[in-house]
Amino acid sequence: MSESAAGSSLAGTSGRSVSPALHHQFEDIEQQREAGNFGMWVFLATEMLFFSGVFTGYIIYRSLYYSGFAAGSHVLEVDLGAAMTAVLLASSFTMAMAVHAARQGNRAMLLGFLSSTIILGIAFLGMKFTGLNFHPAVDALRGAPEHTVELFMCFYFFMTGLHALHMIIGIGLLGVMAILAWRGKISAEHYNRVEVSGLYWHFVDIIWIYLFPLLYLIGGRYK
Amino acid sequence: MSTAIAEVPVESRMHYLNASYGIKSWLFTTDHKRIALLYLGSITLMFFIGGAAAVMMRLHLIEPAGALVQPETYNKLFTMHGVIMVFFFLVPSIPATLGNFLVPMMIGARDLAFPRLNLLSWYVYITGGAITLYALISGGVDTGWTFYAPLSTHYVTTHVIATSLGVFINGFSSILTGLNFIVTIHKMRAPGMTWKRMPLFLWSMYATSVIFVLATPVIAIAMVLIGAERLLHVGIFDPAIGGDPVLFQHLFWFYSHPVVYIMILPGMGVVSELVTCFAKKKPFGYIFIAYSSLAIAMISFFVWGHHMFVSSQSVYAGFIFSALSFAVAIPSAIKVFNWTATLYKGSISYQAPMLYALGFIGLFTMGGLTGLFLASLATDVHLHDTYFVIAHFHYIMVGGAVMAYLGGIHFWWPKITGRLYHDGWARLAALVIFVGFNLTFFPQYMLGYLGMPRRYAVYPAEFQVLNVLSSAGASILGMGYLIPFVYLLWSIRYGPVAGSNPWGAKGLEWETPSPPPTDNFEETPRITEEPYGYAEPEHAHV
Amino acid sequence: MNTQDPSVGTYVFVFAVLLLLAALTTGIAYINLGPFNTVVALAIAAVKMCLVGLFFMHLWYSRGLARIVVLAGFFWLALMVSFTLADVFSRSWIKPPGP
Repeated sequence: MSESAAGSSLAGTSGRSVSPALHHQFEDIEQQREAGNFGMWVFLATEMLFFSGVFTGYIIYRSLYYSGFAAGSHVLEVDLGAAMTAVLLASSFTMAMAVHAARQGNRAMLLGFLSSTIILGIAFLGMKFTGLNFHPAVDALRGAPEHTVELFMCFYFFMTGLHALHMIIGIGLLGVMAILAWRGKISAEHYNRVEVSGLYWHFVDIIWIYLFPLLYLIGGRYK
Repeated sequence: MSTAIAEVPVESRMHYLNASYGIKSWLFTTDHKRIALLYLGSITLMFFIGGAAAVMMRLHLIEPAGALVQPETYNKLFTMHGVIMVFFFLVPSIPATLGNFLVPMMIGARDLAFPRLNLLSWYVYITGGAITLYALISGGVDTGWTFYAPLSTHYVTTHVIATSLGVFINGFSSILTGLNFIVTIHKMRAPGMTWKRMPLFLWSMYATSVIFVLATPVIAIAMVLIGAERLLHVGIFDPAIGGDPVLFQHLFWFYSHPVVYIMILPGMGVVSELVTCFAKKKPFGYIFIAYSSLAIAMISFFVWGHHMFVSSQSVYAGFIFSALSFAVAIPSAIKVFNWTATLYKGSISYQAPMLYALGFIGLFTMGGLTGLFLASLATDVHLHDTYFVIAHFHYIMVGGAVMAYLGGIHFWWPKITGRLYHDGWARLAALVIFVGFNLTFFPQYMLGYLGMPRRYAVYPAEFQVLNVLSSAGASILGMGYLIPFVYLLWSIRYGPVAGSNPWGAKGLEWETPSPPPTDNFEETPRITEEPYGYAEPEHAHV
Repeated sequence: MNTQDPSVGTYVFVFAVLLLLAALTTGIAYINLGPFNTVVALAIAAVKMCLVGLFFMHLWYSRGLARIVVLAGFFWLALMVSFTLADVFSRSWIKPPGP
């Protein structure tokens, strides 16, 4: 959300504090910030319901075909999954710090944390597509001795794929934020865009927090 | 009428229509009023495309063996009719046009909270619509608008992926609209505009937006899963590897039942405005009408399984869904009772918008009551997938939603364009539509009761009389829809200047000139009184 | 929506706890708890989600509206899951009359 349209339509609405960051439809910057945050929360509720369809399917089939799902889960490399979780949690931490920096108006710190979040996000995606997990999973998808293992792999690829898609969107969003920060468009007064992008990023992190036990830890790993 | 604003001729005053000119000023506008008009144009186009498919179906069904097209084409026609009318006309109809235009004005705001998201939602709609139209023109789809697996995932060879992609993309336009309305209503109300001072139309818009935001993502994921299953053989609905096709129906109806209320709730909001204005009375039980909108939105999510009584859904789940379905009749009935109680001893004037509103109340009641037949387990087994269902939901969708949509367009047309249309023609059109509608769909109740199944290109000869009646009604209905198209367009150029409040209505949108200035109000209004402050009619004391 | 901002110390502490929980959930997978493996794994996930939501997403410091949206999201999720499961698991209660 850039502020380019704000200036042109201000004519005729007098008596308001005119900040270049304030969009013409809002009364003040606080209202604008609250609207932005609330809008993102509503969008996250939408996202939650978007994922819920797949989660519902997963719960049903997992309870119907537990052994197949456990066998499918054991194809996956659990240490890799744990490492990916750590990387994503770290990215959430740096994201929270980026919002903190934006709020303080600390541009250097903001840029640093934004770029580290992006790097951690890319690292996560890189780990996802390494051979460790990817090829055994594809093999299991193509021809497992049991059909329900195939079904598990359908869920594995669909859920992680959907999650990866959200990660890619999030990385793009943070890239835009980094460019805006670089150009000095983020200030202590007007940092709502970073805050809202942060909410999205944390949401994607939360999805993974659930995907990790749901996909990697079925039936435990004990011998 | 109480017009505080000095009437300046429309031509010499700045308003949102003459603030800037040229195609770019429309395609890149962030003004909610202009976006509303962009939507109005596009959904009208979609309405006539979907209507053309209906015309061909009704023509085809004049003869028992089918008079016009091959059975395969017939399948594509009803799919096209359903997909376009549901996703591209009814869902955006009132929210994206009247809602876009009115939500900021009714709460005294300059615009929606996110004007650029609003414009984006129109582009998303256009993209989804273009992809769907491409799919329909380049060969069509024949799954029905319901895309049931495994028919859609394994058997048909038509353009399922493109159509589901179009529906998927279009979903985001609904989500953006709903999100925008929710945030706007929460955060942008003018000083003094408390929740209980909001016009009833806004309550219904709010309830609709909740459904938009919480239900639409589920159809999106269902469409993605259908596409993924066809394209990548992700077999989540595939019984060959243990998948369950009924799961698709659950996901589909988790959206598609609430979506019925996306279509009818805005209509209820419009009718609440019309009835109070043309009876010149405060609404009877304002708070009940307001809360019943929220209740309908809520309960609408609990009942989806009543579409699946004859699938392999468990009968025990069927019991629950059936009982809950009856619950949704309660808030709906509250509304009907309150509208009629509002009319009681009102000083009613039968201008064109009011005729549509009265038509709505009757037809919606009938559609709603026949819905109870379908929500009962035993009768549904008999009536499921017959023309009874078709008649039922057309009484809600066409007799309800489209009637209210037309009523709303007629009511706010002077505000939107600054011009008045010819009231005589408008009343005639309302009457023609009412007659044509009933003649089209009432015989379908009988056909369904007698056992004629839906979605068949041929039927036994004994059903011909009723089918011909229905087709005759459809031709009248079609004419009825063309009349407003003509005189409304005519009024833009030749209609008399409307003035800011031609109906003597209450509400913030009538206190600003017609057409409104770009920022809606000269200065941010302050609200100090309750809504619908109509003076009590004199004969009420009798 | 928040008026105060959590300190850097809070963020670091929450992050440390999150990492610890991630390690814990992986470690517990190697211990045989029977059906409780799943329960524990999901409970830990829920705690992690709460930590991220409350501190990183500032729900702890925010006014009611965002919390209501979150609760609504969970409610509708629960609605979909529970009703669909109610169907799937009660299908076998009644057997169709066989030949």
